Amino acid sequence: MSVVTNTTTIGAIDAPSRRNTELMMVVFAVFISVFAYANVGLALNGELPSGMLGYGIGLALLGGVAHLVVRKFAPYADPLLLPLATVLNGLGLALIWRLDQSPRFQALDTFVPAASKQLLFSAVGVALLVVVLVALKDHRILQRYTYISMVVALFLLILPMFFPAVNGAKIWIKIPGVGTIQPGEFAKIIITIFFAGYLMVKRDALALASRRFMGLYLPRGRDLGPILMVWAFSILILVFETDLGSSLLFFGMFVVMLYVATERTSWIVFGLLMSGAGAVGVASFEPHVQDRVTAWLDPFAGWGKEDASEQMAKSLMAFGSGGTLGTGLGQGNSDLIGFAANSDFILATVGEELGLAGMMAFLLIYGLIVERGVRTALAARDPFGKLLAIGLSGSFAIQVFVVAGGVMGLIPLTGMTMPFVAAGGSSVIANWALIGILIRISDTARRPAPAPAPSPDAEMTQVVRP
Amino acid sequence: MNKPLRRIAIFCGLLVLALLIRDNWLQYVRADELNSHKYNRRVQIERYAHERGDIIVDGKSVTGSVETTDSDFKFKRVWKNGPLWAPVTGYSSQAFDSSQLENLEDGILTGNDDQLFFDRTLSMFTGDKKTGGNIVTTLNGAAQKAAFKGLGGKKGAVVALDPQSGAILALASTPSYDPSVFAGNSLKDSDARQKLLKDKDKPMLNRALRETYPPGSTFKVVTAAAALENGLYDSIDEKTKSPLPWTLPQSTQPLTNEGNIPCENASLREALRWSCNTVFGKMSDDLGNDKMIEQTDKFGFNKEVFTPVRADASIYPKDNRPQNAMAGIGQASNRTTPLQMAMVASAIANDGKLMQPYMVAERQAPNLDVIYTHKKEQLSQPLSGENAQKVQQMMETVVKNGTGTNARINGVTVGGKTGTAQHGLNNSEKPYAWFISYAKTDNGSPVAVAVVVEDGQANRDDISGGGLAAPIARDVMKAVIDSK
Repeated sequence: MSVVTNTTTIGAIDAPSRRNTELMMVVFAVFISVFAYANVGLALNGELPSGMLGYGIGLALLGGVAHLVVRKFAPYADPLLLPLATVLNGLGLALIWRLDQSPRFQALDTFVPAASKQLLFSAVGVALLVVVLVALKDHRILQRYTYISMVVALFLLILPMFFPAVNGAKIWIKIPGVGTIQPGEFAKIIITIFFAGYLMVKRDALALASRRFMGLYLPRGRDLGPILMVWAFSILILVFETDLGSSLLFFGMFVVMLYVATERTSWIVFGLLMSGAGAVGVASFEPHVQDRVTAWLDPFAGWGKEDASEQMAKSLMAFGSGGTLGTGLGQGNSDLIGFAANSDFILATVGEELGLAGMMAFLLIYGLIVERGVRTALAARDPFGKLLAIGLSGSFAIQVFVVAGGVMGLIPLTGMTMPFVAAGGSSVIANWALIGILIRISDTARRPAPAPAPSPDAEMTQVVRP
Repeated sequence: MNKPLRRIAIFCGLLVLALLIRDNWLQYVRADELNSHKYNRRVQIERYAHERGDIIVDGKSVTGSVETTDSDFKFKRVWKNGPLWAPVTGYSSQAFDSSQLENLEDGILTGNDDQLFFDRTLSMFTGDKKTGGNIVTTLNGAAQKAAFKGLGGKKGAVVALDPQSGAILALASTPSYDPSVFAGNSLKDSDARQKLLKDKDKPMLNRALRETYPPGSTFKVVTAAAALENGLYDSIDEKTKSPLPWTLPQSTQPLTNEGNIPCENASLREALRWSCNTVFGKMSDDLGNDKMIEQTDKFGFNKEVFTPVRADASIYPKDNRPQNAMAGIGQASNRTTPLQMAMVASAIANDGKLMQPYMVAERQAPNLDVIYTHKKEQLSQPLSGENAQKVQQMMETVVKNGTGTNARINGVTVGGKTGTAQHGLNNSEKPYAWFISYAKTDNGSPVAVAVVVEDGQANRDDISGGGLAAPIARDVMKAVIDSK
């Protein structure tokens, strides 16, 4: 029964679910990725790669299963999020596979092909997305786990302290038989849940019960204290683990969520002041950071020392040689960058082989995911959903900016992974989960409002019988 | 909460915009600079990604390319008979850059030169494999081989020119090296290069172009030309005013001759025939430093010569009177390259006209289309045709019945001049044996040649130049004449 009433601004007619649009775009995303494979194979060996069918079917299965689950469990979800994530993941697989074919890498003793593993991780990621959509009927359930989230997130952040540093950063834990995991990638999502839950409860207190101090509104300590402590604690852990990118990410996400929750611009001012102080403070005692800043200011100065600065210079040259249209997939020399070419520096391969055009397309796809996330936050009807969605999409945006800006020399390099594209299990799994939560919130947000219950008063006054 | 959300949306948009702007800056504005950066290994990879064009002598290539698998660089340069052609081609190494023709003609050889733009674009559409263009040299294989054979195990150099065009016919320098041994990028290549660099005989030094020697008595030809050009003497058979003994000006040091030879008031012809130090030393002093410099400048001294490979400048410096007198017999601070002395001989053989020496006859596109042909070019006129013929007569006497009889060729007119240049402190080191000469047929002179052998053994002037260097010059000239 379709009833149009004037008691609500949202019509109760069936809103278009856009599931067919999503399906078409997922198919498109899979095709683009398969074409990328074919392109690499033809350029490198003059024939279609033997693994193309396997990867194509694998990717199609992932996209297809995810789509069916969304169709069943989140029918009103935003139709763009899944295809955008699929195309990034698919192109990432093609790029990683392309770097696997590099004779320079294959000559290294430490060489292990990464593409098949990445496909496996993607499958785990999609499985996690399915779990999120099936198990999480409503994102508001997550509110219940506000403080548990806090404990889990801090636990995940502390964990790598007990494992040896890899390439100067203590962000990995090694589980025998499984491999290495970056718990920070998961902590990022879980701490967002804590921030959202806590800020939703305290936002009025934070915004209103404040004292004026030097033209700024300062909240009471008992409102701000706990969250400030958790936040400071996580930043400290990350600084000690020398995971700079994540520190920046947590900080930015925190400021964004606080600003959205309280609607007070003063938080932005605070945030900028504190980040400035923090950056200067960390840079003054941490040689790792100083190296990165030096490398950023003059990447070519440290040539021949085989340090981060040289990697930076090689990355810039990869971008430069790509030019406007790129060399074509498989025809560049981005593997000259060395061991991090398929993880931190994977965008350099995009820049070299797909050129400015391909790079802009990638950046726009990322931008689109972020803006669909913000759109979800806008559409969400509950403050928790709004905060969670903006927290997740804000952290996604900051991560993209920090990584892409780092490899392009816009800001100092900090060493995080490019979501979905870079080789790395934790990253791709965590980001699929992130997309799952966003899809869940968007489904709730876009779901048509239920038809209002019949009003007993109206019933009483309506019928006048003789 | 929607107002801050919208602002955050704008903020995220600005982040992406910043990335887009940076990307455009990097990949559009700075692309060329980064792509050709000196540290960018892609430049090297591209250079060796395709088969390099060849350097051609007598219609056959003296170079080649082989595919390698041991590094980033796909093709490696190889030389057919490397030591024979290294003084001409230079080297082209994956690890150690390139030199000489390999370096100067790199654009054509790699196929990246702007002149080949059309070919490149065309082959992009036809799908042809990219290859480099060829460099056709002026070298004469037989003459080059004769030069190397003559020099044998001795240190020295030979330059042969076609006096009528300036074409370089032979360019030999010994000991030579095989550029193939360090053309690659491996440790073995590096070791081989180090060994060559450390060799005390300096095999990688191009003695024909980059080493200057005291010219010794061969320089008397230049002094004679200066005397005739400045009207000091009109006839080569009139007696000169040359006392014996003759004391150097502003000095009590007598200038001596090698042995007891008839030099007192000898005519120009006789003085050159016997190689009289006293006659030519006084002649240089009579002319003065300025006139000598003027004459040497006309022969091409005092500036670098580009063939297109650069040759060091030969020098006739400003000097005091005794030194200027000594320079007139090639025994002071004047120094010349073998190329320069070949130019002197060729100018005399070509009736006074000095042609620009060159070794690139043609440049060919990868499809063998000729895109450049050298046009012969006169560099200067060091002496008049009449005076040139007078000097020719003098030089022909030297070969016919003077110090240069070893250069005689049956049925061919040959003119030449020997020289033994002393060097080292108090002449402590072995002298250099010199010989410059030209051959003449009915159609003018086809070849002029300069030979220097560093370890001249004999003590007596001239005889060693005639004994060591003249036979080499004869063989080279004969090779050129026979191949015509």
